[in-house]
Amino acid sequence: MADTSVELRDFTLNLGPQHPAAHGVLRLVLELDGEVIERADPHIGLLHRGTEKLIETKGYHQAVPYFDRLDYVAPMNQEHAFVLAAEKLLGLEVPYRAQLIRVLFSEIGRLLNHLLNVTTQAMDVGALTPPLWGFEEREKLMIFYERASGARMHAAYFRIGGVHQDLPPDLLDDMWEFCETHPKVLRDIEGLLTDNRIFKQRNVDIAKFTAEEAFAHGFSGVMLRSAGVPWDLRRAQPYECYNDLDFKVPVGRNGDNYDRYVLRMDEMYQSVEIMKQCINLLKTQRGAGPVISDNRKVAPPRRGEMKRSMEALIEHFKLITEGVKVPEGEVYAAVEAPKGEFGVYLVSDGSNRPYRCKIRAPGFAHLGAFEFLTKGHMLADVPSVIGSLDIVFGEIDR
Amino acid sequence: MAKEKTPADIAQEAAGASGMDDDSLADLAHAVAEALGDAVREASIVHGQLQIIAERKRILDVLQYLRDDPACRFVCFTDICGVDYPARAERFEVVYHLLSPYINARARVKVSAAEGEAVPSCTGLFPGAGWYERETYDMYGVFFTGHPDLRRILTDYGFSGHPLRKDFPVTGFVEVRYDEDLKRVIYEPVKLQQAWREFDNLSPWKGEPAALPGDEKAENNG
Repeated sequence: MADTSVELRDFTLNLGPQHPAAHGVLRLVLELDGEVIERADPHIGLLHRGTEKLIETKGYHQAVPYFDRLDYVAPMNQEHAFVLAAEKLLGLEVPYRAQLIRVLFSEIGRLLNHLLNVTTQAMDVGALTPPLWGFEEREKLMIFYERASGARMHAAYFRIGGVHQDLPPDLLDDMWEFCETHPKVLRDIEGLLTDNRIFKQRNVDIAKFTAEEAFAHGFSGVMLRSAGVPWDLRRAQPYECYNDLDFKVPVGRNGDNYDRYVLRMDEMYQSVEIMKQCINLLKTQRGAGPVISDNRKVAPPRRGEMKRSMEALIEHFKLITEGVKVPEGEVYAAVEAPKGEFGVYLVSDGSNRPYRCKIRAPGFAHLGAFEFLTKGHMLADVPSVIGSLDIVFGEIDR
Repeated sequence: MAKEKTPADIAQEAAGASGMDDDSLADLAHAVAEALGDAVREASIVHGQLQIIAERKRILDVLQYLRDDPACRFVCFTDICGVDYPARAERFEVVYHLLSPYINARARVKVSAAEGEAVPSCTGLFPGAGWYERETYDMYGVFFTGHPDLRRILTDYGFSGHPLRKDFPVTGFVEVRYDEDLKRVIYEPVKLQQAWREFDNLSPWKGEPAALPGDEKAENNG
């Protein structure tokens, strides 16, 4: 009898770096046994710009715009972590109005991020309409960004000690109108996806993990909550005025892609609620007042003041040329960014430049566990998992 | 779940307490230093966070204690990064950040390493640490013994040097461009259109000095 045995070897597949489902410049080296993934090795760094090195060479204020360019889907949430870290070192109190504005825009960032992620993930598994609807809403939100800061994406709006400028008139009313109409769009998107058979087949029970595994792999944000851990920094370690706000933290049960989709949708409704509360608070007496600290060593005087006061002019000159001098020390500050815990480990040597600024991006830990998440899954699950991890290369590659 | 607390319990505790106060953290720091003995050089509270300076060779003991001790339970791995202090004898610091969702506190563990010295890898304790150690190696050249796959991660294939070291220039050494003749991307030494300018904006100006330079001559003569 003839020997019919053949030698089988795994098939190695290069996915990316130019692949529409890779959500950026991800190069994945996959080893496949048939269609089953045996090994996955993500190659990252194709968008590495040396942000941390650049921050070390410039003043504290000049670091803020770099943070917009990390996770460019929700720029202000990143700025938030950096200014919080600097403020912790400076021991600075931020005016209440500034806190409200920051939280308001952080929640807009969350909407921006989840709208993009949920809808493009749906596109990865075959649904074309959600991105069209979601991007229409994102457009409105970016116009809010533009009206407050002058830039649609790279805002550089949060400053150490507060925010750059007060909100223009009518912006709050327009935001309120958005908050009234937005939940309907969310319900429409949900109507397309939540009970959709194809969407469920592609997502339920994919990339499952338990709470312990999530902790050990350093997951945070929606990834952690999908495994049933109700851990949200806004609630667990409240920063800014989150303590005054009433919101729910949606928690999943199964730790799979589908739960993460449901959580992101739920979080968007909560974000709209938080936005409404911030708008109401901004209109009260408590929410009135300055939008940036009056500490002249940290925040420049207002332009109008500089026209009249010599002292203000000198202080402005000193601050703009020398920058902020942050006391010696080190601190880790984190915010609940839409993708998870975005942290900044800031080391200061007392000069006007950060000595070290380590950026802890949530996506880095999530993508680092890619092999753990996809091993044993089919090749076709890869785009669905990448989408569900919520990956943006700006923050992973830094 | 293998552990006795369910996630719902964690939620309730986390919602109830918004972090530990400095006193109870100081007690914790004391307990950690007591239990680990020589492995811990110093345990203190810095800006409301537990900071432990550990012996490099015993870092795994420290991390394991922090992860498994019922009073700590720093089960959530957060971050590993390097810091470069060229003036020190052991110039690199490797900084670990951990989070305990059970007591709602953060811990920072620091070890120092001289150039060429290796730090034990904690991938066995926290599987998520793999990429972070690769990044630290890539950026600072700190080796991690026992790491399953210590390759560069963020820099280019075939990159040499460790960019976040303080003695590495911001502009780097090589640049890439697409060569029309060779029809491929080529590497060349960096050619700057304009020299890198280092601005030291810290002005030494502190207002008018009490005596202007040269004034002492007039006083001596008079």
